[in-house]
Amino acid sequence: MESVEVAAGVSPLQAAGPRRRWGDRVFSKLALAAGVTILVLLAGVALFLLIEALPAVSASPAELPEGKSLVEYIAPLAFGTVLAAALAVVLAVPLAIAVALFISHIAPRRIVLALGFLVDLLAAIPSIVYGLWGIFVLGPAAVPVMRWLEEHLGFIPFFEGPASVTGRTMFVAGLVLTVMILPIVSAVAREVFSQTPRKLQEGALALGATRWEMIRMTVLPFGRSSIVSGAMLGLGRALGETMAVTIILSVSGIVTFNLISQANPSTIAANIALDFPESSGLAVNTLIASGLVLFAITLVTNLAARAIVARRNVQ
Amino acid sequence: MSPSRWLTVIVALAVLAVGVAACGSSSSGSSSELSGQIAGAGSSAQQAAQEAWIANFENENSGVTISYDPVGSGGGREQFIAGGTAYGGSDTPLSEDEGELKGATERCKPGELVEIPAYISPIAIVYNLPEVKSLQLDPDTLAKIFNQEITTWDDKAIAADNPGVELPSTRIVPVNRSDESGTTENFTDYLSKVAPEVWTHEVSGDWPVKGGEAAEGTSGVVEAVNAGEGAIGYADASQAGELGVAKIKVGKEYVEPTAEAAAKILEESPEDKELSKGKDVFAFELDRKTESQGTYPIVLVSSMIACTKYGSAGEAEIVKAYLEYAISAEGQKAAAENAGSAPLSASLTKKIMPAIEAIEAG
Repeated sequence: MESVEVAAGVSPLQAAGPRRRWGDRVFSKLALAAGVTILVLLAGVALFLLIEALPAVSASPAELPEGKSLVEYIAPLAFGTVLAAALAVVLAVPLAIAVALFISHIAPRRIVLALGFLVDLLAAIPSIVYGLWGIFVLGPAAVPVMRWLEEHLGFIPFFEGPASVTGRTMFVAGLVLTVMILPIVSAVAREVFSQTPRKLQEGALALGATRWEMIRMTVLPFGRSSIVSGAMLGLGRALGETMAVTIILSVSGIVTFNLISQANPSTIAANIALDFPESSGLAVNTLIASGLVLFAITLVTNLAARAIVARRNVQ
Repeated sequence: MSPSRWLTVIVALAVLAVGVAACGSSSSGSSSELSGQIAGAGSSAQQAAQEAWIANFENENSGVTISYDPVGSGGGREQFIAGGTAYGGSDTPLSEDEGELKGATERCKPGELVEIPAYISPIAIVYNLPEVKSLQLDPDTLAKIFNQEITTWDDKAIAADNPGVELPSTRIVPVNRSDESGTTENFTDYLSKVAPEVWTHEVSGDWPVKGGEAAEGTSGVVEAVNAGEGAIGYADASQAGELGVAKIKVGKEYVEPTAEAAAKILEESPEDKELSKGKDVFAFELDRKTESQGTYPIVLVSSMIACTKYGSAGEAEIVKAYLEYAISAEGQKAAAENAGSAPLSASLTKKIMPAIEAIEAG
């Protein structure tokens, strides 16, 4: 194996001659098995989705729930899914960058560890708890904010209103998703920010840059690919988030950019959670078909993230 | 393993064997000698009631284990037809759709299909208007509110139903279930029967009107109505809590969703001839349009489904005893306490009892 030969040139400890030790062989097989398992699992899930979705794809619209064609049924859900996730990413990324910069470059050393730990802790809260927090605390608290938005920014389609009186809106769902994806986005960015080469930073400071200029000239360019990949990871999480959205969102199956009214588009994951328990027959196949679409959206997002990160790394 | 461990295992196996033998031979005797296990699945509306029945029944019959999986009515019917469960719970009677009635009849051969109402839950119209202590609505107004045709509380139609009540000009926020549910299906069925001119939507477990506030589950609807002033929703009466509950016009009077008023609807309702073909099948066509005094027509009636014959005598006996308990005065009282349901009336219990008595070993 190539790697062994290379290693042999570097460190005599790692390779004891041409014959590999049995431990190496076992480890390499185990690692291979683990890798293959992932592929098999992924292919299995995709296959399951395809097979179960097929009856819904071939059925006539009259047989499907709500008597709509499959595309008409899934399109508003896909729209809602992307809208909620995009909203969360747009809000979370600047905040996450700020949090990451604060922890990596600005905060006093004493509190860095504790602060990092606290941010990571956000990721440990179960999504159902976020959902309950959303309807009991954040939703009611957001009602006056949404009223204000309707009054003063009502000319923007996002805040057209009428503002919801209960706070179960896309706006609140987006805010909760923002908090949920914040830890992953900021953790990825933080790791890379703190690895910015010292000499670059010191060079910038030596040339008379302020701290902000130093960050803008060295840390941010250095960490750009990590910001993108962190954002994509967060997007992936937001796309698939089920419980919190299911509990919070007042869904209406429509397509609208209005974020603050009581009528919101549903998301694919939330719709499955809501309708699966009382579904049977073709309705289940339809839900699984929507799951397949979500799978595809997530896959495309991840591939796009990989592509972006790979391109940055080459540069 | 040490010798003493082996001994324990052998003793345990012996006890198990005796238990199994007893299980097979207990073809007769009083209910306290029942042992074995059966599984059921279905309506999530019945969950709390089933939990109460199972707990009490297992207390009385220590050898019996019963499980109930609240997968939903559709899933419950599917599993029952496939033979995966001994009994099922369903918010709607087995129908000819997707061949369910035929499939269930087929499943029970050589025995007969048993279908009986076991759980009646009044659906309350809850509203959040702090100043309005009592609200009366007639069916047309109710339908228009939920159809978003009446949009403010001081609308003339609402005022006409509530003489002398000062109604605020608050915007009406109708709240519906976002998940598919039997509650929605029964409520839309009621609206389409009593206000066919206003409510032209199809009867469905999925809320048909777009643009309203939607929340998950009964608790979600109650929470949403609680949170928004001017909100109105429909929820199991037992869950209404502190919220205002509207009285609905039936005939000439306005009726509250009490247990008695809800149970009365089954006495007023004829059996659905299409769906009640077998002699042990009781599918009621709820008479939502009833004008009979003291009857509350917005109810959810959930049924239990079983067979008259099972593979083993033990299984049949447990199903029989369990169903008997569920519809008995005692069982209905337990459900009322645990789930807030309306107990079946004595005359109805008498009417459906023969269906359970028909369950036998085969």
